Amino acid sequence: MKILTGNDLKTGAVTWWDGVQWSLHVEDAVDVGDHADTILVRELAARRVNAAYAIDAVKDESGVRPGHIKERIRALGPTVRPDLTLKPADPTAGDWVI
Amino acid sequence: MYKYDTYDQAMVDTRVEEFRDQVRRRLEGHITEDQFKPLRLMNGLYLQLHAYMLRVAIPYGTLSGAQMRMLGDIADKYDRGYGHFTTRQNIQYNWIKLEEAADILADLASVEMHAIQTSGNCIRNTSSDQYAGAAADEVVDPRPYAELIRQWSTFHPEFSFLPRKFKMAVIASDIDRAAIKLHDIGVQIVRNDAGEIGAAFYVGGGMGRTPMIAPCINPFVPIDQFITYAEACLRVYNRHGRRDNKYKARIKILVHELGKEEYTRQVEAEFAHLLTQNIEPPLAELERIKAMFADPAFEAGLSDELDRSDPDFALWVDNNCVAHKQPGYIAATISLKPVGGIPGDATGEQMRLMADLAARYSFDELRVTHAQNIVLPHVKKADLYALWQALDANGLGTANLDLVGDIIACPGLDYCSLANARSIPVAQKISQRLSAKSQEIGELKLKISGCINACGHHHAGHIGILGVDRKGVENYQLLLGGSEAADTSLGTITGPGFDEDGIVDAVEKATQVYLANRSDNERFLDTYRRIGMAPFKEALYG
Repeated sequence: MKILTGNDLKTGAVTWWDGVQWSLHVEDAVDVGDHADTILVRELAARRVNAAYAIDAVKDESGVRPGHIKERIRALGPTVRPDLTLKPADPTAGDWVI
Repeated sequence: MYKYDTYDQAMVDTRVEEFRDQVRRRLEGHITEDQFKPLRLMNGLYLQLHAYMLRVAIPYGTLSGAQMRMLGDIADKYDRGYGHFTTRQNIQYNWIKLEEAADILADLASVEMHAIQTSGNCIRNTSSDQYAGAAADEVVDPRPYAELIRQWSTFHPEFSFLPRKFKMAVIASDIDRAAIKLHDIGVQIVRNDAGEIGAAFYVGGGMGRTPMIAPCINPFVPIDQFITYAEACLRVYNRHGRRDNKYKARIKILVHELGKEEYTRQVEAEFAHLLTQNIEPPLAELERIKAMFADPAFEAGLSDELDRSDPDFALWVDNNCVAHKQPGYIAATISLKPVGGIPGDATGEQMRLMADLAARYSFDELRVTHAQNIVLPHVKKADLYALWQALDANGLGTANLDLVGDIIACPGLDYCSLANARSIPVAQKISQRLSAKSQEIGELKLKISGCINACGHHHAGHIGILGVDRKGVENYQLLLGGSEAADTSLGTITGPGFDEDGIVDAVEKATQVYLANRSDNERFLDTYRRIGMAPFKEALYG
């Protein structure tokens, strides 16, 4: 599947296109199929996201997982600072990153 | 320390308001990201993996207590409670909001700091010897010359859009603590047989994907002409540097392709021309700057004796302190490499503590080292035990300077959008595995980069590690035999790379080969140079 990611213009936070808006959580990401370019042009122009692009991902029973390690690290946060990840309370969060 | 005059302060304050307006226009949609990106980069603001990253310049690594305290306050107020000291003697914040960036720059300006020229194809922050002004072996304090370079290079209209970024370092001792031969220009302030001060110019060094050791193109430029000579070096580069190919655009490629002799010939011709243009700053300006780097009010007649009855303290003194030019004083390094920690990271609280300790024990002065540690340059030996106790109680008393746990590591794939592999977890695992043996192993400079750009100086490590991306999986190449000291050398790759755990095992094996072959008091590097690569390859792959 193809999903879209970028950074929030104001805060820089990593965001994912959920079909309506930009979510902080990769599990909200939706398959944009062949519509990546159209959505990116519209959303970048609206300044709802910065430096956005499309990436490959897979979806299984545990959720949406970006294909490349760099994007998986972006999805959760630095592997060396679990206290700064999006779900620090979840002991299994990040098991899929590396 | 250098103090801003009204021009300096006005320039920095004006720049803050200019950037505030640029941010406003970006947020309101008056300019696009393509238009805004070069503007934010000129103010040190990158977009990295997780957020905006702000790189703050620390000129030649020198900080006052007030400046360090502000860096700690910024970490807490605008970031997530910490900052990362870099191999360029700067600091980076990883979680910056664009809408707050101008406020941060304003706070920095209030303590005479900025982020100007910490990115872009311009002359970056000049680095220097972390013991400048304290070292027993220096000819003079190199910082006034670094400051003169800072003033000359800041907003230099001719050198704001060079073919690529440009890094300079200045030292004034034969022991190179700033890796000058691995810079675009390395300057060593020297004294000739007549007792005159001058500058030796090493040009065309660097790391990155094509590491090169800078040749000396002029061993003695009179000090009243050294900015003119630097201008000539830059002009030849600006004229002929490869703007067509980013990977061949650094000055090292130009010097290599022209050859040292031809590059030097062109520099000397340009230098002769520039001397007729009278561009050298007046000596009075250098003297004005030098006056601000006068020695602090050292007490005379102090004893050099130390009570070493506490073994942990004695170990720290032996590892982390170096001789001072003034009897009764010492320069102390605060390691930012606790066992298993993140190299170069410090919390806001730790920064404020270091600022307080500098005020109490080191004439309110601190230094950032290119090895990502902090130095208190002027500590009275009589105060050293109290200082160490305060550091140790706050996780800053690790006794490992230049040992295997004192690892240089770039932010790597945990933070950096350019990286191919993570550096920090590898550093942490090696530190945890080998720190207990660090005293036995002795001096071993280990440096890790998460990509070929070599921010972690892997080419120059006694042991270097380069992270690469092999079909989406992290892989680590091992290099042996590098050095960034006066005996500069580039490491050699041992062979096929290793996975994350494998590279930790490989480093341990390399240390075992060293210990088995060590003769007398040889360092790891000395043994490697004597016995060569073969025994290491045999242990790693045999």
